[in-house]
Amino acid sequence: MSTWIPACKTGDIDAEDIIPFEHDGNQYAIYRSDDDQFYATDGYCTHERELLCDGLVMGNTIECPKHNGRFDYSSGAAQGAPVITDLRTYPVKIDDDTVYIGIG
Amino acid sequence: MSAMVIVGAGECGARTAMNLRSAGWTGDVVLFGAETLLPYERPPLSKAALLGIGDPQPATLYSEQDFADARVSHRGGVRVDRIDRETRQVILSTGEAIDYHKVLLATGATPRTLPIAAGFETVHMLRTHDDALRLRSRLTRGARITVVGGGFIGLELAACAAEKGCRVTVLEAAPRLLGRAVPAEVASVLHARHLNAGVDIRCGVTVTDLTEVGGIATVVLADGSSIDTDALVVGIGAIPDTDVAEKSRLQVDNGIRVDRYLATSDPDVFAAGDCCSFPHPLFGDRHIRLESWRNAQDQAAVAAANMCGGSEIYTAVPWFWSDQFDLGLQVAGMPDEADREVVRRRPDGIDIRYGLDPAGRIVSAAAVGPGNAVAKDIRLAEMMIAKRISPDPDLLADPSVNVKALLR
Repeated sequence: MSTWIPACKTGDIDAEDIIPFEHDGNQYAIYRSDDDQFYATDGYCTHERELLCDGLVMGNTIECPKHNGRFDYSSGAAQGAPVITDLRTYPVKIDDDTVYIGIG
Repeated sequence: MSAMVIVGAGECGARTAMNLRSAGWTGDVVLFGAETLLPYERPPLSKAALLGIGDPQPATLYSEQDFADARVSHRGGVRVDRIDRETRQVILSTGEAIDYHKVLLATGATPRTLPIAAGFETVHMLRTHDDALRLRSRLTRGARITVVGGGFIGLELAACAAEKGCRVTVLEAAPRLLGRAVPAEVASVLHARHLNAGVDIRCGVTVTDLTEVGGIATVVLADGSSIDTDALVVGIGAIPDTDVAEKSRLQVDNGIRVDRYLATSDPDVFAAGDCCSFPHPLFGDRHIRLESWRNAQDQAAVAAANMCGGSEIYTAVPWFWSDQFDLGLQVAGMPDEADREVVRRRPDGIDIRYGLDPAGRIVSAAAVGPGNAVAKDIRLAEMMIAKRISPDPDLLADPSVNVKALLR
């Protein structure tokens, strides 16, 4: 069972961008794609402990700001060296103008 | 059957060995390294490895099992002497000969030494994990640490030493830190951060003499002044390791000279990483040599493909980073290609400094800020450099303009 946690307002994220979200001591990343879909993943890269929110979003890809490891943020799939472990993703729902992520 | 032989088991050599499998090579792969450790990442050596508590382990690239699974034979603690190109054999220092199909030279670079410092107990260099462990043991609270060289290695370890409570002095021969690799304004942000942390930075000074008595070194400067220190760290750049190439009579000119496919003057011998000088198509095929983690990694992919008969051209934009205290610096492109600068002043006070060449094309970008705060802008600049874009300088300088729009 997911617990739905309000993360941000839809207007808080630009299209094709990312913002950080912290809940209960855990770091998450919330994304808004070019076609206005919202996604959520773990906040840290799976390679070294770098926050992805400082990285660049291009299309459906988030790139780690430090070592350029890339993930498809819609599926969490790692896109090759230096990252080998997929990024954990979380379900997202929009209610009114609030973005909720499903944790647990 | 003859093997793919890789000389040098650093970032570039180790990655090439593994990449050969994804590039389709099914025969033997032999990876020779001078160190006995499994291949590891070097960037942490001047950062986390000096700071951490406990016994720091090297950041290993691949495990024994990874190599076994990929059937890569890693032979550590081995020196390669030369390539006998007539008999197509790689000759080890022991005289052992290995038949090769293709060879990659990924021999890296060796720290430049300070001749007057040779043989002193108090003198340190930083290239290997063992070097880092030895230096780390000297970074105790209150210890006097003197760093010769205000480049990246020198400043990173000066920052680590200061954070560990050492009394740190940095001696730089040039008028300012970080030389031509970084714009003066970016260097001055780092300079100020070091001063703020109590690091004594002296530019425009040269070391003329060194003595050592009872575990304490005395550094004499050209102006006659002297500094007593518990450890002296030499970080004055690196020279490409071209010994094997020279003994094999391959062309060498500021590194092992390769073509755009990373082939040396012998088409069956390749070179990649810190040791090679390659023509860069984004900068008029000018030959450059890079000492950078990402270059080593990216060239490993191209080298593996071309050793398997491919014809990939290496075109990646030069990029590197440096972490000092809470600040992160990033540089993309070739700042020395620029003849004018455009500054984008972000609302958070961080300046992104772009370099434009005489034709208005963006050729470099550099910035420094807390953590990874500059990463996104430098990455976008890197993409503009790769696409040879000549952006409108007014739009580039305007922080309200989304840089992504300039890319499309």
